Amino acid sequence: MRESTPAPDDIHSDAFLARLMRGQLKLSIACALCFVVALVALPLLNYYQPAFMAQRIAGFTLTWLILGVLFFPFVWIISYVFIKRSIALEDAEAKAAQDGLTK
Amino acid sequence: MHALLAAQGIDPWIAFFSLVTVVITVGMGFWTAGKSKSAGDFFVAGRSVSVGWNASAISGEYLSAASFMGVAGMVMATGYDALWYPVCYACGYLFLLLFIAGPLRRFGAYTIPDFAEGRYDSPLFRKIAVCFVLFIGFFYTMPQMKGAGTTLAYIFPGLPYWAGVVVVGAVITLNVSLGGMKGITLVQAFQYWLKVFAITLPIFVLASIVGHYQQHLEANKTAQETVAAAPAGIERKALPAKAPKDEQWIAPFGKLTTKAVDASIAAAKTPEAKAALEANKQPYSLLYTYSLIIALVCGTAGLPHILVRFYTNPDGVAAKRTTMWVMILIGVFYVFPPVYGVIGRSLTPELYDAVGAKGTDKVVLELPTLLAGRDHPLLGSILSGITCAGAFAAFMSTFSGLLVSMSSALAHDIYGRILRPASSPEQRLKAFKWSALIVGVTAVGLGSQVEALEINFMVGQAFAIAAASYFPLLFMSVWWRGMTMRGAATGMLVGGLSALASITLTSVSDVAVAKAKKLTDAAELAAYWADHPLAKGIADYWVAHPLARILCEQPAIWAVPLSIVLMIVVSKATASTVPADVRMKMLVLHAPEALGLKQEYIKEHEGLGGH
Repeated sequence: MRESTPAPDDIHSDAFLARLMRGQLKLSIACALCFVVALVALPLLNYYQPAFMAQRIAGFTLTWLILGVLFFPFVWIISYVFIKRSIALEDAEAKAAQDGLTK
Repeated sequence: MHALLAAQGIDPWIAFFSLVTVVITVGMGFWTAGKSKSAGDFFVAGRSVSVGWNASAISGEYLSAASFMGVAGMVMATGYDALWYPVCYACGYLFLLLFIAGPLRRFGAYTIPDFAEGRYDSPLFRKIAVCFVLFIGFFYTMPQMKGAGTTLAYIFPGLPYWAGVVVVGAVITLNVSLGGMKGITLVQAFQYWLKVFAITLPIFVLASIVGHYQQHLEANKTAQETVAAAPAGIERKALPAKAPKDEQWIAPFGKLTTKAVDASIAAAKTPEAKAALEANKQPYSLLYTYSLIIALVCGTAGLPHILVRFYTNPDGVAAKRTTMWVMILIGVFYVFPPVYGVIGRSLTPELYDAVGAKGTDKVVLELPTLLAGRDHPLLGSILSGITCAGAFAAFMSTFSGLLVSMSSALAHDIYGRILRPASSPEQRLKAFKWSALIVGVTAVGLGSQVEALEINFMVGQAFAIAAASYFPLLFMSVWWRGMTMRGAATGMLVGGLSALASITLTSVSDVAVAKAKKLTDAAELAAYWADHPLAKGIADYWVAHPLARILCEQPAIWAVPLSIVLMIVVSKATASTVPADVRMKMLVLHAPEALGLKQEYIKEHEGLGGH
C-alpha cells in the first residue's frame, strides 16, 4: 500500500494532518464551549436562583424569556461566527498547502 | 354537501385546507416522478440542490408532528420544562455544524452506512450500522403516525384513531414509491414554508383578539407572587383538577421532570419515605433535564434522514451554509408552538381532562376555533383549517423523509449489497419501491399502538437512541485517528441497544398502564394485570425506584458516555487493526476540498482493485 512509503509532498505528512485537525478542532471546541456553558448554566441557575429566574420581564419570567426566545438568536450568532471563521481557515489551509506544493 | 358535512360534525373549511395540502403533496410527487429517472436521482437527488432549496427542504423534513403539534401540547401539559424540546431541536444543529457536517460532506458517501464502510473498509460494519437507520426510523415514525391519527380524528370526529394512521400511511407510502427523493426535495421545501405560514398566521390573528403570549403567561402566577397579575382583558377559564398548578407549570422542574418521583410519593406508605422522596425530587429533576438536553442535542446530529441531506450539497462550504440557514429557519419556527400551549392553557383547559388523540396534543388544531365563539365563526374555521394543513405538512414530510431513508437502507444496503450484490439498477429501483411498502406497513402497524403516548415524548426517545449510537460513531470517527472498526461497532451497539432497550421498556409499560387506566371495573383491572405480569412488574418497579425510571426514560446521560468510553477502550485494545490508510482518510475528511484529495483517494482504491 502507498501508506508504507512516506509521501514526498507536504500535504501527505503527519505534521500537515495534525496541524489541519488541530486548527479545525480548536475552532469547533471554542464555539461549542460558548453553547455548552449556556446549556449547563441555565438549569443550574434555575436550580440555585429560582426567585431571580422567576422575576417578570415584560410578562415573561426571566428564565422563560431566555429559553423560549433569546436562545435561538444566541445560537445563530455562534453559528455565524463559526462559518465565517471556518471558511477563512479552509482558504488559508488550501493556500498554505498549495504554496507548499509549488515550492 | 355543506349540510352533509355539518351533520357529521365536519367543518368544511378544515376539510378543504387539509385536502388541498394532501393533493398538492401527492401531485408534486407524481409530477416530479417523471423527472427522476436514474437510481442516482432517486437516492440523493443527483447532488445538485442549491443552498436555499436544500435548507428549506431539510427544515421541512425536520419540523415533524412533534414540532408542529407535540411541542404546543407538551408546553400546555407540563409547562416550562417542555421548552427544552424546541430549543434543543434547533440547537442540536449547532453540534452537527461544528463537528460533523463539513467533514462528512468532504468524505463523500451516500448514507451513514456508506460512511461507516468507507471509514473502516468494512462491509460488515455497514451491515451493523444500517440496522440503526431502521431502529431510529421506526421510533421516529411512531409519533408522526400519532400526529396523523390525532389530526384525522379531529377533522372527522367519528373516525377512529387507527383509521387516520392507515389513511395517511397509505398516501405517503404511495407518494414515496413513485417520486423518490428528488420529488421529496421539492415537496419538503414547499412544506417548510407551508408550516411556517400555518403556525404563524393563526397565532397572530388569535393573539390580536384574545391577548398576547406574554399576557397569557403573566396570568400564571409564580411561586414568588401571591396573586396572579392577570393583565386587563385576559380571559382565563377555570383549570380542571388534572391540570398542573400555576406555580409548578410556569417554573422549571415541573410535572415533566418530577412525574416519576411524584408517582412514588403517592405510593409511599410512611411519612419518612415520603419526606425522603421529597428531598430527592429537585436533584432528580435536574438530572432529568440534563439527560434530556444531551439526548436532543446529540441526537440531532445522529438522525439518519437529516444527515443524508448534507450529501445533496454541491460542496462542504455549501453544506455549512445550509446548516446555518436551517438553524435560522427552524429557530424562527420554534418560537411559535409554545405560544399555542400558553394560550391553550388559558382558553382550552378542557383538553387536560381528555386522553389520547383528544388530549393536549391537539391544542394547535383546536385553539383557532375559539374565534367562532367571539363573533368570527368563518375566521375560526379558516384558521383551524390552516393549522390542520400545517399538521398534515408536518407529519407527511417527516414520514416521507424517514420512509426514503429507511427504504434506501433496505434497497441500497440489505438488498443491493447483502442479498443480491449483482442486481441491476432497475432491480434496485424496484426493490426501493417494495421496501417503501414494507416500511410503510410496519410503521402504520406500530403507529396504531401508541395513541396513549405524547408525540413529543416519543420523538425525544428516538433522539436518545440516535444520540447513543450514531452521534458517538460520527463524532469519534471524524476526530480520532485511533478508532478501530471493533471499537466503533462495540460502542455503537452497546450504547445504542441499551438506550433502545430501556426506552422500549418505558414505552411498553406506559402503554400498558394507560390501557389499565381506562378500565374502571376492579375485577377487569385485576384480570388485565394478570394477563400482563411483565408490564405490571415493570410499572411497580418504577414506582419503587423513581431514579431507575428516570434513567430508563431518559437514557442519554449514561448511554452516550458509555458508548464513547467503549469506543475508546476497545479501540485501544485493538489498536493493531486501525485502518492502514487512516492518515489518508483523515486527510479526506479534513483537508479543504480545493486540494482535490477526494479523487485521489478514490483512484487509490480503484488501483487496489477496490470493493
